[in-house]
Amino acid sequence: MSQPSVSAMAAVTPKRSPAKWALIALAIAVVVVLPHLGVTQDSSGVLPIFTVVLCAVYALFSLGLNIVVGFAGLLDLGYVAFFLFGAYGAAWFMSDFFYTRNIHILDSARHVIPGIHLSFWFVVIIAGVIAAIAGVIIGAPTLRLKSDYLALVTLGFGEILPEVFRNGDDIFGANVTNGTKGIGPVDRIGMGFLAKIPGLPKTVGPSDYTAKYYVIVVFCGLFVWISIKLRDGRLGRAWMAIREDELAASLMGVPLMRTKLWSYAVGALAGGVGGAFYATIIGTVSVDGFQFSFSIIVLCAVILGGMGNVWGAILGGVAITWVNYTGLIWIGGRYNDASKPLLVAYALLIVAVAALLMFGKTLFRKGRPARSTLIGFGVFATIVIALFTVRLVRHKFVIDLVKFQFGLFGLVLVLMMLFRPEGFIPAARSKQVKKADALVAKGLEA
Amino acid sequence: MSDNNLLVADKVRVQFGGLIAVNDVDFTIPRESIVALIGPNGAGKTTFFNVLTGLYEPTTGAVLFDNKPITGLAPHTIAAGGMARTFQNIRLFGAMTASENVMVAMHPHLRSGIASTVLRLPKQRREERDARAVASELLEFVGIRGTDEEFAKNLPYGDQRRLEVARALALRPKLLLLDEPTAGMNPQESAAFTAFVHRVRDERGITVLLIEHDMKVVMGTAERITVLEYGAKIAEGTPAEIRANPKVIEAYLGKAATEGAA
Repeated sequence: MSQPSVSAMAAVTPKRSPAKWALIALAIAVVVVLPHLGVTQDSSGVLPIFTVVLCAVYALFSLGLNIVVGFAGLLDLGYVAFFLFGAYGAAWFMSDFFYTRNIHILDSARHVIPGIHLSFWFVVIIAGVIAAIAGVIIGAPTLRLKSDYLALVTLGFGEILPEVFRNGDDIFGANVTNGTKGIGPVDRIGMGFLAKIPGLPKTVGPSDYTAKYYVIVVFCGLFVWISIKLRDGRLGRAWMAIREDELAASLMGVPLMRTKLWSYAVGALAGGVGGAFYATIIGTVSVDGFQFSFSIIVLCAVILGGMGNVWGAILGGVAITWVNYTGLIWIGGRYNDASKPLLVAYALLIVAVAALLMFGKTLFRKGRPARSTLIGFGVFATIVIALFTVRLVRHKFVIDLVKFQFGLFGLVLVLMMLFRPEGFIPAARSKQVKKADALVAKGLEA
Repeated sequence: MSDNNLLVADKVRVQFGGLIAVNDVDFTIPRESIVALIGPNGAGKTTFFNVLTGLYEPTTGAVLFDNKPITGLAPHTIAAGGMARTFQNIRLFGAMTASENVMVAMHPHLRSGIASTVLRLPKQRREERDARAVASELLEFVGIRGTDEEFAKNLPYGDQRRLEVARALALRPKLLLLDEPTAGMNPQESAAFTAFVHRVRDERGITVLLIEHDMKVVMGTAERITVLEYGAKIAEGTPAEIRANPKVIEAYLGKAATEGAA
């Protein structure tokens, strides 16, 4: 081939501004220091360490689903299936469940305990591979369907698999999943040669959250790398082409089934790894932990974060998990326990912030706020003031926000779709395209 | 004789229930020729394209491409075998850059697997760099040099049509199918396109089959013309023969075309 042109060369070496490097360094610093800063070891406060660990686990799930939904554009409502396989993978190979065997490979369990006990680091790989294979098996028949039909069938699989595992204590006489009793306890994570580094524990048990946090963050980092490299390569282009126009992609030589199956497999891999890790946190793997709501929560995380954006997926996963496990309780607590002057202050603060967010643009620049914005603000302010007034007048009135969890998620999703459909951190490409759309719209108005 | 033909369609018939969209059409494309498929709207031209590219399987009949039967093969297999097409209504990957659009069509020719991509092996990086350079050259070849990093959706209409051709060429096709390539172009652009089709054939040795309504473009490019009406072939021959064929004049060209040409 002859000399590549100038623009092609520029594209090969992506430019990173100093600001971007600083941002990356800051993010890494925050991630490293986090478990030592403002984190509480029990479940009180804004940032309990348990929630922090779960945030990281869900960030991993969110990264995995982002590959399926964000990159390849396949709406998967059954992501819980991969989570399930990963968790049971860990349960099978890191517990005394298969008590007739006594296999120990580089594990942390005492050797007199029967069962299959493999090192956590092997199990993570095995669980990931089991989930990936499950992804291919589930995907082979379902991925021939398009959009809504695919969503429905994956939803079905997400419902069927937990039932299979629930009844898995007697599959033609064999006990595969221990039914409703679940499998446990899951072994501790052995740190192997890493234990020689001073400050690191030899094994990591269910409640060693700080050490667990670092382990899962490493996996998240690994998956960020995998996501970005795949996205920018041959496979990622094929995924995006399928997302943009499936028919055109196939006519340009992209094998649809194989490419889609790869997205399922890679997404499932993250689900499996996260599942195995989750099993070591909860100790006993039982089917009750694997509900349809899990698939929806992870999907919400991907959508809120910005479909197709790796950093958005992480942010979405972290934000949703925090709200889910701590945020609602914490915010509800502020409301229920506040003294009267504090209640007034909160109400004013919320209304002021909302006003700033909604009218900030028109306040500093010329122009009037749109009527819909005014109405929206009026409704919101009325609700807030009413809620706080009731609380001021009737002391017995308390709100249990956790009960409203899914209602609130629904509301947030609706608001996101109205005001910021591209998510917190939109993928670079949708930002660009949107900018152009805005320019075109402006041109049409003029 | 078949060795001289890149594509042979043998009694191809496509039937949707009671409707016969393509009716026992025999059709050949000689190697390195430019052939046009014309006919009134609804004559089955695009359906015929869809049969060739594997989107539809013919009800009866067979298609030989490069002496190999391709009926029943998946579209991506046929594409990888050297058949590329553009679309009547542009079907680019909107949220991807021009360069990425072109590189998607290199999929069958690139070798990097998932492992070498994640590990960023030197081989994979070299392959990506070369692919990007080839994409850049193709964009230049179709006349939209320097648009590599533009999102396809943001390109002007004419450039999008060119990008579709660049993307099709990235498949390194033996046969290029163009579905109404000059739709929406002004006369100057159409004239430039006529010259471009000749360049594709002459410089790259690619056989071209086009569906076209603009008679100026058809007469200016095609060496052979096939006319379809109601799914059936009603005429075949050189531009001069087609222009003089009374059946074609009645069905499609109308009197004005003959008068204009005379």
